[in-house]
This record gives sequence, structure tokens and C-alpha cells, in this order.
Amino acid sequence: MRIGVITFPGSLDERDAARAVRLAGNESVTLWHGDADLHGVDAVVLPGGFSYGDYLRCGAIARFAPVMEPLVDAARGGLPVLGICNGFQILCESHLLPGALIRNDHRKFICRDQRLRIERTTTAWTTGYDDGQEVVIPLKNGEGGYVADERTLDELEGEGRVVARYLGDNPNGSYRDIAGISNARGNVVGLMPHPEHAVETLTGPSSDGLAFFTSPVITGSSHTESVKSAGDHRQASVGAAS
Amino acid sequence: MARVVVDVMPKPEILDPQGKAVHSALNRLGFTGVASVRQGKRFEIELGDDTSEDAVAEIERAASTLLSNPVIEDYAIHLEG
Repeated sequence: MRIGVITFPGSLDERDAARAVRLAGNESVTLWHGDADLHGVDAVVLPGGFSYGDYLRCGAIARFAPVMEPLVDAARGGLPVLGICNGFQILCESHLLPGALIRNDHRKFICRDQRLRIERTTTAWTTGYDDGQEVVIPLKNGEGGYVADERTLDELEGEGRVVARYLGDNPNGSYRDIAGISNARGNVVGLMPHPEHAVETLTGPSSDGLAFFTSPVITGSSHTESVKSAGDHRQASVGAAS
Repeated sequence: MARVVVDVMPKPEILDPQGKAVHSALNRLGFTGVASVRQGKRFEIELGDDTSEDAVAEIERAASTLLSNPVIEDYAIHLEG
């Protein structure tokens, strides 16, 4: 599977994300913010960092980068898209995901290994996990507080679109301890913690993040209709990857 | 030349950590009469030759798409000069 990783001016984690893609057995494709098309990739990762210096609002300017036009169209058509940290902020600014991310309630940058519970395993990016699986993945953000109005939060909960939730102390004031969400179809996922920093024990606290990057392979296509039926294969594939 | 001013404020129901930080700093400095602080942004946009209603309407569109995020912020727009 060819997975594109987009570099914006100020992106920080695109190399780690590309490396995670390769460690998961996929081919990483470098995409540029100024690209007019997606080079035929099967999925896209929006990496962490500080695109455009986080000026105006995090992700607000990146949303209007040329590459975002084909990306938003493709995402609406079912292309798997994973936004990590700043990528999550960009997805919210693009209205591919509801809500927004604001400054941490305690006003300090946070950087720590974070326990999470994976709550939705039918998205394009999480089929490699078990329902309710607890994982440890690094979290590092200054503006990671997930907010949305009550109606949106109820909708996310009701439709099972909370992909991951913080365990233990809430690290940033996110409403309902939300660490990650998906769109209704499950092909677009935004996540504040960084699974690309937890793909091998030499350089991370765990390899718990790797399954985010093996999951799209398991679907075998960019059509999320096949995601739900892929569950039978996931244990074997994850086992092979680890 | 006409100046269009766009004021952007966090919605009342959204936590404003920056405003809270400023508030506690004011308290520390002895400005004890302050009940609360909200922090926003002000954009001063100079129009070129075209200062028609359409040109201002364009700025309104910019305010609602780029300058503010309707999920967490409100904006107000007015002309100066």
C-alpha cells in the first residue's frame, strides 16, 4: 500500500511518520503542501508539527494549502486519512472532522507517554487493535484540548466515533477525555497523541502505535466498506508485523 | 482608503486559557477589581481603491472562513475611517 505523508512549512514529524509507514510494511510517498494532486496514493497521513508557525490558529492556514483541495475531495470519497496532532487540527479546520482543538487548559506544553483506550476498531486506521485495548503512546502538544458543543459530543459518542480516549489524568482539558475521533464513514481519523513515535521499543515507550500504520494494509483498498469485514484478518496481520 | 476591522473572540462557552492567564497575572500585579478577562484578536484590513459594499462583503467572507473558526469563535466587523 502506498501511503502519502504531507509536508507543510513547519511540519515536524513527517519523517517519523514516513518511517512508521515503512516499518508497517507499506511504501511511504512524500507529498508536498504545494502539490496539485495526491500522486495516486492509497492513503494519506497529515503529520504533527507547527504548520505555518501555528499562526492565526493551529492548522488554519494549512487548511488552504494547494494539496488540501484534492485531499478534502478524496477524503469525502473514502480515502483513508490520518491526522496526527497538528494533522488533527488541520482536519478539524478543514471540517472533515467536527470540533476544534484549543490551548491546553493548564496552559503548559505537555510531553509524556500517555495511556489511551482504543474505543473504535472499525476505522480504516484502527482495525489492527482490539476493542477497548489499552495502549501507551507519546503525547506532546500545547493546543490539544478537544472541544465541541454538547450536541456534537453526544453525536460522536452515540455513533461510536470516539476512536481513542485518555486514561488517567486528563492531559489537556479535552472534553470527555477525547484523544481521537473519526468521521461517520471511518476513513478519516484525527488523533492528538503520536503513534508514529511508538513503533519500536528502541526509540519509543512501546510499539503500540504501529497498528495505526498496519491497519490500512489490512483493508486492502481505499474503500472503507471493506474495513468492517477485515476484522477476521487483523490478528494474523498484526502478528506478522510485530 | 478604508479600513475594515475584524474582531474575533472565543465563544463564551469555550474555555479561554489565555484570558485566564492574563486575569491571574493582573491579580498578581494588584489589579484586584478585575472579574474576568477574555482574549481575542483584532485584524485591521486596509482596502485598496474598491471600498464598495461588495468589497466589504468579501472581507466578511474572509472573516468567516479564514480569520475565525465558527466552531470556537465569533467575529464582528466594522468600518473605520
